[in-house]
Amino acid sequence: MAFDIKGIISPFNALKQFGKTPHTVKYPYTKKEAAERYRGFHFNDLEECIGCGTCATICQNKAIDMIEIEGIETTTGDSGLRPRVDNGRCCWCALCVEVCPTGSLSLTKDYLHVTDDPDSFLWTPGVDNPDGEKIKSWVSDVEHSLLDYQRIPMRELEGKERVKSFAEVVLGYSEEEAREEAARCIGCGLCTDNCPVHMHIPEYINAIASGHYDDAVRLIYDNNPLGETCGKVCTRRCEDICAVSKRGEPIAIRWLKRFATETAANKEIIAEIVEPEILPPNGHKVAIIGAGPSGLTAAYYLAMRGFDVTIFESKAHAGGMIMYGIPKYRLPLDSIDKQVEYMKSIGVKIQYNTKVGTDITFDELHKNFEAVFVGIGFEVPYSIGIEGENAEGSIQAVNYLREINSERNIDIGDKVVVIGGGNVAIDAARVSRRFGADVTILYRRRVEDMPADWEEIEGAEDEGVHIKTQAIPLENILDENGRVKAIKYANAEMIPDPDGGRPRPKIIEGDEHVMEVTTVIGAIGQEADYSFFSEDIKEKIEIKRGRIVVNDLQQTSVPWLFAGGDISNRRADAISAVADGYRAVKGIEKYILEKS
Amino acid sequence: MREKETTLYLGPQHPGITGNMMVKLKVAGDTVVKAETHVGYLHRAFEKLMEQRTWMQSFPIVCRICVPEPDPNEENLARAVEEIEGREVPERAKYIRVMALELSRLAAYMLWMGGQSGGLGLYTAPQWSVGDRDYILDLFEELTGGRIYHMYIWAGGVRRDLPDGFKERVLKTMDYFESRLPEYDKLIFDNAIFKKRTIGIGVIDKEKALEWGVVGPPLRGCGIKHDVRIDEPYEIYDKLEFEVPTVEGGDIYARAMVRRREMEQSISMIRQVLDKMPGGPVYNKVPNPLNWYVPKGDAYVKTESARGEFGYYAVSDGSLKPRRVHVRGPAYVHGVSLLERILVGANISDVSPIMNSLGVCPPEIER
Repeated sequence: MAFDIKGIISPFNALKQFGKTPHTVKYPYTKKEAAERYRGFHFNDLEECIGCGTCATICQNKAIDMIEIEGIETTTGDSGLRPRVDNGRCCWCALCVEVCPTGSLSLTKDYLHVTDDPDSFLWTPGVDNPDGEKIKSWVSDVEHSLLDYQRIPMRELEGKERVKSFAEVVLGYSEEEAREEAARCIGCGLCTDNCPVHMHIPEYINAIASGHYDDAVRLIYDNNPLGETCGKVCTRRCEDICAVSKRGEPIAIRWLKRFATETAANKEIIAEIVEPEILPPNGHKVAIIGAGPSGLTAAYYLAMRGFDVTIFESKAHAGGMIMYGIPKYRLPLDSIDKQVEYMKSIGVKIQYNTKVGTDITFDELHKNFEAVFVGIGFEVPYSIGIEGENAEGSIQAVNYLREINSERNIDIGDKVVVIGGGNVAIDAARVSRRFGADVTILYRRRVEDMPADWEEIEGAEDEGVHIKTQAIPLENILDENGRVKAIKYANAEMIPDPDGGRPRPKIIEGDEHVMEVTTVIGAIGQEADYSFFSEDIKEKIEIKRGRIVVNDLQQTSVPWLFAGGDISNRRADAISAVADGYRAVKGIEKYILEKS
Repeated sequence: MREKETTLYLGPQHPGITGNMMVKLKVAGDTVVKAETHVGYLHRAFEKLMEQRTWMQSFPIVCRICVPEPDPNEENLARAVEEIEGREVPERAKYIRVMALELSRLAAYMLWMGGQSGGLGLYTAPQWSVGDRDYILDLFEELTGGRIYHMYIWAGGVRRDLPDGFKERVLKTMDYFESRLPEYDKLIFDNAIFKKRTIGIGVIDKEKALEWGVVGPPLRGCGIKHDVRIDEPYEIYDKLEFEVPTVEGGDIYARAMVRRREMEQSISMIRQVLDKMPGGPVYNKVPNPLNWYVPKGDAYVKTESARGEFGYYAVSDGSLKPRRVHVRGPAYVHGVSLLERILVGANISDVSPIMNSLGVCPPEIER
């Protein structure tokens, strides 16, 4: 190579840079301010966090543990745990932030931690760096979150179509929709804690998401033989506390259960999938009064454990309130039949049209069976307590629904008023709409105070039911034949409760109205009929506010007598009844085994 | 008289080695008679790790396969999943991806410049280039939240849109880089020492280059025009105007000049991308990563990285986790088979510059 004079001189150009401030390390050393999106140490808003543990699940370095924190209690919808990050394992990818359903977790601009104590690399974000709130940098709002906060909408019949028949309103998810909806679940399991039965919710949703529907059915039947019923009409406390609902719509747990259970079309298929492991007969006999959800559940699991179970049901069909109380557009008859037939196929015996106290005495049951479970439900309606209540044209919703569900007709005319704000009132109203009547619900409080399911209220409104709130009925006005022709009611104002309870309605004096009606339907609650108990039993058991007091295994103060469902449970819904039945099985088994 | 052969162990910890690997040299005097590469010091079982993680959890893993240039790994995994799934990527995301890829190429070349010159004893160069690289890392920090591991490109697009005023700051940095290139020429590429130590050293036989599977700047340094961005354009490379520089010679200097010219092209591409970038979303959301079942299928995708053609073969069995992700990095060829061949006959002091010029990244070999 020739002598390269240019190549020797040109590098000296670098001298021009001499004395320039470097971009990298400056002296004296100053800490660099991190960018707006910097992914530094974690911060957790302890109040917002619900301890769902999704951050720990997604962490591909297993750097996050969920630990107990002083001052944070386990409550409904909050596990009481909070994430602790091992900063020796963390790679600051922020996947934990992207899947945090509440948005409580974030990364901060803080990136320096110098110490000789290796344990100090374990940080509980929010506890160890409460100041992190001010330097949050990588945050995940709903838009950027990896979770899907929008529920797959459920297809339903149009309001106008619905009122033409008793066809099921909810059409159900298609396979694709179900899998998509199930995929939204983060599997935290907070729902399980809030389910009275503690169903295996994340597990069966996971099974649906992966397309293993049989597994889902098996998991559902593991502790709920009325999964299909619950899939249609459950009050779904699980969804109330779903972690995803913190910033979006909860996973449609009920509809997913419905989808899974409906994949088993008949009792043979259910049996084939569930493969119930039935123990050989153990010779012990148990009687169950009432084939409602609690009685059926108890019977099913007792039969599986080898007990000789007989249910005594006063009516011609099993199901209790789910059969006679819930309208068929919510829970079709063939669905109930399918579930009951499956239970019978594994050994549950049901004696229909057998009313205890009339057709067979309670003492006889006690004599012939080692334990008795009572699940008779609340069938006797409360009276509204207004004049003209017993007149023709004034009926009770539970009686009305029972008659309709028994396929007997009741002439309600074309103008119906339903009194009450619970699910029974809504059911009565929507059923009446299906007979072409113009229906108005009179409720003493506000819509937001209605104990009925919001979806039911919406459904009723879609179907054209009028809801008149803050209206207190005063009197049924009768015509010359003694038939109800109008109802007089007064408007009410809401008076705040000084003790912080819910506001109470107070009649506005003089603000009275009269509405012409053909039928008034009362739906302000029910109670139980305990008349079949003998006097000495009535003395021994404790009844508080109309409900039998039981222990945590549904046992009354009479050791061989167990109770469940509405008569012992204030929740008064199907899933609580199923839970009672499930617990009673353990109680009855324990009682009988300890006795013998 | 025949000189006695001695064995020298270069690495695994040695400033002249890129990453951690070892070259066992048999030398006679100053001349390498035989070179044997030994890897395994950086083995973290990336491919196996991915088989035990969900698809989304694999994204923070792949970027670790190459420290100087993580983005092509993210790009490859993202495109592989998208191809299996048939997932559309928003147009804007494609532009942003190309910008990130070209920025990371620039950053990788900056680091290479430091290593290449430093290995020749030109210690000012690494001070400059690593310092200038920091301007790009600042941009990455702003864009992705991370300086080195960006974890930014993932299935469905990119994680976040550009921050406010980002375009202007990128353009400013590009202007700065452009103004710096002539200074780098004076310091490095025109430098008599640099030329003396690189021209005619570490020559790859043009005839053999394709046969051996050489790719990237080493192949283009043999005068063979081969670049995935041109041959099989991905993202929006077909909408950009750029050249693929080739230099004849096959030596270290030719490879250096290829990279030097490519830096100009990258700067131009980044400007074009920022100019043409459409609006709209940047992310086509994948399902909840905990329940993201990628349909059965497989895909082979490739990206032109700073070291050459970078391929990923991903297989999904329809479950939550990849059945297999195979990483085919250019370093496998460059750092093992090619290096062992062209080191023979080289001077000991040239071993490190030759290795640097090939852009060997050991984690790609032992992924």
